[in-house]
Amino acid sequence: MTEAVIIGVGLHPFGRFPGKPALDMGADAVRLALADAGVNWPQIQGGYIGSYEVANPDAIVARLGLTGVPLRGVFNGCATAGTSVALAARAIETGEHDLTIAIGLDKHPRGAFAADPSVAGIPSWYGQTGLFLTTHFFGMKINRYMHDHGISHETLARVAAKNFGNAARNEKAWRRTPLSVAEILASPVLNHPLRQYMYCGPDEGAAALVLCRADQAHRYTGKPVRIRSTALRSRRLGAFEVQSPSFPVGEVVASPTVDASREAYERAGIGPEDVDVAQLQDTDAGSEVIHMAENGLCKDGEQERLIAEGATEIGGRLPVNTDGGLLGNGEPIGASGLRQIHEIVLQLRGAAGDRQIPGTPRVGYTHLYGAPGVSAVTILST
Amino acid sequence: MTTTQIPVAEGLFTWPPDESTPLRLIGSECTACGLVSFPAASDCVRCASTESKERLLAERGTLWTYTTQDFRPPSPPYDGPEAFEPYAVGYIELPGELLVEARLTEPDPDKLRIGQDMRLTLVPYRVQDDGTEVVTFAFAPAEEETP
Repeated sequence: MTEAVIIGVGLHPFGRFPGKPALDMGADAVRLALADAGVNWPQIQGGYIGSYEVANPDAIVARLGLTGVPLRGVFNGCATAGTSVALAARAIETGEHDLTIAIGLDKHPRGAFAADPSVAGIPSWYGQTGLFLTTHFFGMKINRYMHDHGISHETLARVAAKNFGNAARNEKAWRRTPLSVAEILASPVLNHPLRQYMYCGPDEGAAALVLCRADQAHRYTGKPVRIRSTALRSRRLGAFEVQSPSFPVGEVVASPTVDASREAYERAGIGPEDVDVAQLQDTDAGSEVIHMAENGLCKDGEQERLIAEGATEIGGRLPVNTDGGLLGNGEPIGASGLRQIHEIVLQLRGAAGDRQIPGTPRVGYTHLYGAPGVSAVTILST
Repeated sequence: MTTTQIPVAEGLFTWPPDESTPLRLIGSECTACGLVSFPAASDCVRCASTESKERLLAERGTLWTYTTQDFRPPSPPYDGPEAFEPYAVGYIELPGELLVEARLTEPDPDKLRIGQDMRLTLVPYRVQDDGTEVVTFAFAPAEEETP
């Protein structure tokens, strides 16, 4: 089977851009990715585009060129971008196309996501009585995890401080003001034990990746990044997942992250010990802690020591969320996972500037998790 | 004057609860594989059977995890009072049945702990313009029980 490689990345800054439509942000990201790849829009043979807020994201062709290209809209909650890159890669692997593009764009209103529970298959009383909040799940999951595995409040604050510090080195990040552990621990509790500065926020932004057949990459770049594997899994019965009015008693089944991660490692022939830099879904500081273990990067409970030692900082043994993650960048859903891959590509090229990790990183890992219990993992290498 | 109360939804818990029909959550049990569900569901997510029977769930359990809600949730869908009072939510493990998500009567996280005994109750979470209280199910720390 033909292998897919990334030859171009483009990122529109994440944040608030009054008056600028999501499609324009997406078009900017596409142009950056095309320029990075040395490819013109008419050369693109197919693409996958993800968005939560834009009704027909494929309308972006009106900004880029009406070439007749098949552009398929995808949506899979917070794992949307994992899906678009997987499909763009698959189209190359199966021989359908030689040059594809994955695009993500979104423009969310301020504040926590609000929705009609019925569209999620959940009864209306659940929303009326104040149970339909994704933040409850994150608060409850990390509270249980802290109880079981000895994670401290200070560790949650250290994760947030690290990600805001990394974002301060990233000119395209949203939250670029460093915050101290003390400042984070002094911010108001939103959902015990999670505080205001331990949460990411919905915002605006776009990203794009240009992919091609590995055997043609030399035409475009000397530094292609290989897509070693992609995996996407939904929740199994017994897993503790977001927006669940109840779940079965008995041993808690592993999250879809664990399932997707195992599959991705197996398909890549790469183990957690080989990962040089990781981008994990940090909807909140607790999620980053839990996702370190769920993605096989440490054992449950080891995070307390690893984070205290600075292992996940840019100069550490296993840098996590070097561009500031979701905490620093916010979450335009359709673009978020492509932003993660954009960062990994820069790191593997040695082109991440002030936030470049030391040495010669060869393997990068990205992970998404979202409602109603779906995870996507992408493993990349030089 | 007696205050009128109505349940937030039919079929969620026994209503009105009294001596002969004490307060219980109304779940369901798959007639093929026995999986217990709440709220009651005709379709089984374990064996895909479409046959189930009603099952009243245990009124006591233990707190599996919890969090607090310290800001007013977006409306809609939340329709609680404008004057927001923080509340807590958690999952209560009903032994041999399931873990159910519910509001907790105790809003202070320092007074909650994982493993704590909890008991089913009702809370008026909203008052309509005509004074009618809308009630939903909640769990209270069992040690706070008053006779």
